[in-house]
Parts: sequence; structure tokens; C-alpha cells
Amino acid sequence: MFAYPAKLKKLKTINGWTLFTLISALIIASPVLVVLSHVFMPSGDVWAHLADTVLSRYIYNSIVLLLGVGLGTLVVGTGCAWLVTMCDFPGRKIFEWALLLPLAVPAYVIAYTYTGLLDYAGPVQETLRLVFGWTSARDYWFPEIRSLWGATTMFTLVLYPYVYMLSRAAFLEQSICVLEVSRTLGRTPFQAFKDVAFPLARPAIAAGSALALMETLNDFGTVHFFAVDTFTTGIYRTWFGLGEPTAAAQLGACLLIFIVSLIALERYSRGQAAYHHTTVRYRALRKLQLSKPKQIISFVSCFLPVLLGFILPAGILLNWALATTEWWLNWQFWGFAFNSFILSFVAALLAVILAVLMAYGTRLHPSFWTKLGVRAASIGYAVPGSVLAVGIMLPFAWTDNFIDSWAREYLGISTGLILSGTIVAVVFAYVVRFLSVSFNAIEAGLGKVTKNMDCAARTLGHGPAETLRKVHLPLIRASMFSASILVFVDVMKELPATMIMRPFNFTTLAVRTFELASDEQLAEASSAALAIVIVGIIPVIMISRTIAKSRPGHES
Amino acid sequence: MTLVLENVELSFDGFCVLNKINLTVETGEFVCLLGPSGCGKTSTLRVCAGLETPKTGRVIVDGHVMTDGHFVLPPEKRKIGFLFQDFALFPHLNVFDNVAFGLKGMAKAKIKERVEEVLKQVQMEKYAPALPHMLSGGQQQRVALARALAPKPDIILLDEPFSGLDSGLRAEIRDETLHVLKTSNVAAVMVTHDPEEAMFMADRIVLMKAGNIVQDGTPVDLYSKPVDHFAASFFGEVNILKGVIKDNKAQTVLGAVDTVGFSDGEKVDVLVRPQNIKLRRLSNDQKERANSHIEAARYLGRESLLHIRLEDPSGETTHIHARIDGQMLPREEEIFTAEMDVESALVFRAS
Repeated sequence: MFAYPAKLKKLKTINGWTLFTLISALIIASPVLVVLSHVFMPSGDVWAHLADTVLSRYIYNSIVLLLGVGLGTLVVGTGCAWLVTMCDFPGRKIFEWALLLPLAVPAYVIAYTYTGLLDYAGPVQETLRLVFGWTSARDYWFPEIRSLWGATTMFTLVLYPYVYMLSRAAFLEQSICVLEVSRTLGRTPFQAFKDVAFPLARPAIAAGSALALMETLNDFGTVHFFAVDTFTTGIYRTWFGLGEPTAAAQLGACLLIFIVSLIALERYSRGQAAYHHTTVRYRALRKLQLSKPKQIISFVSCFLPVLLGFILPAGILLNWALATTEWWLNWQFWGFAFNSFILSFVAALLAVILAVLMAYGTRLHPSFWTKLGVRAASIGYAVPGSVLAVGIMLPFAWTDNFIDSWAREYLGISTGLILSGTIVAVVFAYVVRFLSVSFNAIEAGLGKVTKNMDCAARTLGHGPAETLRKVHLPLIRASMFSASILVFVDVMKELPATMIMRPFNFTTLAVRTFELASDEQLAEASSAALAIVIVGIIPVIMISRTIAKSRPGHES
Repeated sequence: MTLVLENVELSFDGFCVLNKINLTVETGEFVCLLGPSGCGKTSTLRVCAGLETPKTGRVIVDGHVMTDGHFVLPPEKRKIGFLFQDFALFPHLNVFDNVAFGLKGMAKAKIKERVEEVLKQVQMEKYAPALPHMLSGGQQQRVALARALAPKPDIILLDEPFSGLDSGLRAEIRDETLHVLKTSNVAAVMVTHDPEEAMFMADRIVLMKAGNIVQDGTPVDLYSKPVDHFAASFFGEVNILKGVIKDNKAQTVLGAVDTVGFSDGEKVDVLVRPQNIKLRRLSNDQKERANSHIEAARYLGRESLLHIRLEDPSGETTHIHARIDGQMLPREEEIFTAEMDVESALVFRAS
């Protein structure tokens, strides 16, 4: 008979790590599930009312906005990416990273800035009136910035970097060989771009556009400020204006279904167009030499997005901030900054810890269920903040009421609100929304640690948790750092979820910007806005350095 | 200290990787698992270490059950050393800390003593403060070996430990590793796809194919008494001659081979290695007795390779290779008769 050592473990179909991963995934995905579950809930005649009055406007505005932003980011993003990757003109090296800068400016901030610049009381119209002697708005025509086209322009200016970033990476991966072949087969450089480079980069361009469109649907500050009624503002209004949380959740569910189909479409088109490079010979791209006029056109084409998307708004903000020092040289402003910092810090910490545990759990026991769980937990990034807020507030309020009534009945005390309207709810919303950001970074980092490292540590007497601590964590430190920075900055910029869910009288920089701007105190809002932009530059620097490092055919 | 695998079965996603594997390794024995890629040899090794858990079957180390299909002892509790193909040194730890990684719960001075001892054993004592990326492939392999040996495991498992090294270095490191392991007196199981390496290292070779053990024996057994076509051809090229049994002899174009256990009229394959084909030069008047025609002769240095077409009386032809002493390179038009070394010929049922 053989002896059985005392430390034998029962073979279980489910173990601690898998269980943890699945439960975390379920909790993270719960707001989305709550929203979706409202689809079949009766909500009385609110829907009839919505359909009669505002629904068609929500749909029309949202769709026009999406089409406009989609087209705008596509043209600007791919065009600039093509120019800086394939052509040679003065300033190209600078534009390579400068074109990413508008990413640091949240859409609502650029909207406020341009409103301050271009509306009736702004310096542009004032100068025009002074020069031409006009006295009132009836004397001349000037485009109205607070409109659908204005919103489209604002989104295009700050969201094109998503398309730029991904399409440029795709162009860099293409070998010059296929492009040269198309030249020898009688294509001009532009035709080679149109017929070869663009179709090859299509999956990347589609992914970039999808990101830009998701950000557009997430936005609340811009469309609210411009009074362009979209689904996002509709959800807010239905809940807080009409007091109909169920109908709000149903609007959210519609939006969610639309977004999910958008992602599915993008995935499908990517699946159809999964091109593989047919040549293993990789030669570095040789830049096209342009004529002088073409060089000037290229320079201007690349300079305009940077000027309009970053230099001008940042300059205006700086100018205003310097003129309104009393608005930020006080303790109140730094209190808001501190609130922003603490929220971002805690959310980043939690998102990174959770991402590490979930990614490691999946790595230990990869199975259909853990993979599905991780997928479900990553969907938060596609969910607009306002929809997320609905999905969190409804169950939180229900839980609070339940605990309160229970405590009243059995303990004779009122517990009040424990979860909803507290920091807990806001931080939870951030973690749900930005977990996928940290998860992707952590997963990429873990992917670089070979499986044999795990095995080596295990055969040398270390359990899974100890292996994580002594091997993986030191090796993925850089990924954890960049993941936390990305989440930190995203939380700093986040507006809709914060607006809806923050505790009473709890103000962050983003909320402060929104509040002052809503009161038409645009210059006074500049200091908070500028602070957000400055913090937002950090990930831009990180991204451009990563791209520079990962260029094939160049020094690694 | 014996390692026993009993009826071990392993499958991934319904695909059977190991099919009822039975294996015993005794103390101080060096066993090689040999086979083509995908035959399950690495999976067998991972099952021993606890990195894979078999669905059924038992793994027993020194009388202690490691797994039996219901319970399992995780790899960290097994005290089995593992040397990986890519060495898997921890890049963030220096050589000293890598080797010390498995020495848990020991006093600092003891750890230092033991690390220095094993590093000396693999002649890497000077590199203790170096980081893995500063070392050459051979040096990394030595450190990995030291790391696996440091906790004094009773069993060490080696997964193609030399395949990452270039050929000149490989022979040297292989030799050193064998000496280190033999002096440590551990039971060792090594995976390789190189029969020459297996014969160089192993006391015993276990030949595997498609999740099954084909043959388990000493290198001499496997080379001279292979159990089937596959085992015979895995250790080098073989010529296959068709034959028919008559009077307990396999009749072939190159003569008759004594057999046991076949019935008259049965079709067989007779396997002969190229070095066991002999050529006899014939004079012109013996022309009618010639059975072979040399199609090409290639000088390879130490020996020569001949492509020979055999013709039997019925006119059927067979193409065979012969390896002969390099000095004697026949001209292509010369007339020979081929013969085989009947003692070394192997007879199997026709496939």
C-alpha cells in the first residue's frame, strides 16, 4: 500500500483563483446586466411620451454626430498618419508625436474654450464688429458654435488621434515592398495609398474609429453645453428631469445594444479582413520626396489639427487662467484638485490590483468561463458613463433601501444611504469603466513572462500566490505603472458618471469645470480645465514613446 | 527513491496526449524519454512534476502518492527539480538569487553555503552577482542546472535541456551535465528527440509515439532489437526489403534470414541498416550473377553512400542505400553483387 502525503489537495473543478476571477467579473459586469435587464420591464406611458416628443431628436442627433465624427476622424486621422509615415516634409518628426496632443484635451474642455472664443461676446466676433462697424448680431452672419456641427467639429478635433495612432501603427507595420510593387504595377503614390496601404490598414483604422465613436457616445459635457440632445443627455434628463429611472435605464439599454452591435460589426469586419503580411522581407519605409508646394500643403494639413486641437485651446486656457488667478490661488480650488487626485488614485489602485488578480487567475486556469468573465468585465469601457451610472445607482439604491428598512424594523435605527451617493459608488463606477484599460496593459505585461517562469517557480517550491509576488509582480512593474497612469488620467477627465453619482457637495476638477461653464463663467473654469489638460499630457507622452520604441525595421 | 507512473492518462480538450503510460525510474538511474515531437514525452515529464494533472492513473514518488485522479499534490510540494528548455531563469534576479530561489526556510548562512556549493559544481561561482541576460547560452544552462539541483531534489526532470545550444557547445555541456547529475546521485528523466543524445546520456531509453510507450530498454536493446519498424527507423536509416516466409526463413532478394514465429507464405518486411549492406565486386564473366546496379555513389568523407537498384529474378526492383568505407568509391559502371549481414537483419510482419 502506498502512503498519501498529508498535503494532498482534492481535485476540484473550480478553484479559488477561478472563483475569484469569475465573481469579480460578475460584479464588474453587473451594472451592464442591470441596464440590459430593464429592456423587458414595464415603464408605463413614459415611452409613449418619449417617442412622441424627444426620442426622434435623440436618435437623429446621435446618428448625425456619429457619422460626422466618424468621417472627420477618419479623414484627419488617416490622412495625417499617411503624411507623417510615408512623406518627407519639414517638421515631420515633430508632428509624429504632436499630432497625439489633442488626446489630452477632453471634448467638453475644448467645447468651452471655443465657445468662449467664437460666441457673440467672444474676441473673434468683437474684433469683427469693431473692424466692420457692425453693432448687433443682425448685421452679419457668423456660424453658431453651439450646434450639431459645432459639436461634431469639437469631437473630431480631440478624437482623431485614436484613428491617427492606430492607422499609423498599421502603416509602419506594412513593408515598403508591397507598396513598391504597386508602384511598379502603375500606381501613383496616392493610388498606392488608396488601393494597397489603406485596405491593408483597414482593421486598425476601424478599431481607431470605433474608439472615437465610443468616446462620442460617452460624452455628456459637450452635448449638454451645446444643447444638442443625444441619448446621453436624454438618459440624464429622463432620470433627473422626469424622475423615471426605469425609462432612463431602457434608453441606456438601447444605446448599449447599439454600441455592442457597433463593436460586433467592427470585430466582424476585422475578421473578414484579417490580412497577413505575405512578405517576410521587411524593409524600412523610404519616405516620398515631395515638391515644395506639396511640402507646404502637407505641413499645413498636419499643423492645423495640432493648432486647433491643442495649441489654440491650451493657449486660451492658459491665457484665461493667468487672468483669473483669484480662481485658483485659493484653498477651495486645491481642495477640488485634491478630490480629483484622491478619486483617481484610489480608482487606479483598485483597477490595477483587480486587473492583476484577474489576469493572473485567467493565466493559472484558462478556461471558457474565465475568458468569458474577463470579456464581460472589459465591456465597461464601451459603456457611456451615464448608462453606467444608471446601472449602478438602481441596484445600490435598492440595496440601501433594503438595509435601511431591515435595520428600522429589527434594530429600530435608520442606516440611511450606505452605498448610493457616496464615494464608494463613484469609485465603483470608475473601476467598472476603466478596468479594461488596466487589464489590457497588465495582460500584455504578463504575456511577456513566459509560462516556464511560472513552472520554474512552482517546481522550486513556491505556490501560485508566492510566485505572483516573487516573479510576476517584479517583472510587470512597468506595465502596472503605465496601467495605473492611464486609469488615473481617464478618471481625472471623466465627467458624466462623476456628475450623476458624486456625493452631495463633493466637487472634482472636471465637475468644477462643468459647473462654471454651465454658468457661462468660461474664463473662471479655465484653471480647472487646464489642470485636467496638463495631467492628460502624461499618457500622450507615454504612448508616443511606446510607439517610437516598437517600430520594426528600426533600432529596437 | 523511485518514481512510478501507473496507467497515466492525460488529454487536452478531448485530445488524448498520454494513453495509459507505465514507467518506473530507480534511484540514481538516468532515463531518456525519446520520440518525435508531439509524442507526449514532454507531457509525461510535466505530469511527473505536477505541472499537468492526469485524468486517471497514479504518480508515486518513494511510495508517496502524488496524484491518483482524485487528489493531487501541487508541484511546489513535490521536491522535484525541473530543467527547462529555455532555462527560464528569472530575469530580475541575479545568478545567486536565482539559485537561492528554491531554498526556502533556511538560515541565510546556510543558503549562501549551498548556493556557492552548487555554483562551484557547475563552475559558475564567479558569476554569482551577474544578471541572466549578461550570460551566454551555455552559462545560463549551467545556472539553470544549479538552480534545479540547489534544493537537493531526489528526482530531476530535464526538458530538452541542450536544444537551445549550438552544436559545438552542446557536446561539452551535455558531458558536464551528465557528470554533475551522476555525482549528485539523483534519479533523472530527460526528454529529447535526438536518438544520439539519448544514447549518450541514458542508462535506459523509453521510446514514445502518439502518447504510447513503444519500447523501454537499454540503448543496446533499442538499437539492435527494436520492436517494430518505427523503433528501428528512429535510430537511423533502414532499408526495407520485401520477403516471404518459406521453411522458417524470410526469403528476400538479398538472401534468406532465419525467423521464429512466422508461418509459411506469410509476407514480411526485412529491415537492414545501410552499413550492413556489403558489396562484392564481380568479374566480367560473373556478370549473370549480378543482382544490383549502382545508380549513384557519393563520397561523404569517413564513408561513402551508394544508391543501389536491386533486381530480383522476376524483374521487380527495390531501391536501397548502402554505406561503405570511404576509401573505396566504386565507379558507377562497375558490376557488383550486394549482400546483407544476415545476423543484423530484422524481420517484421509486412505493414
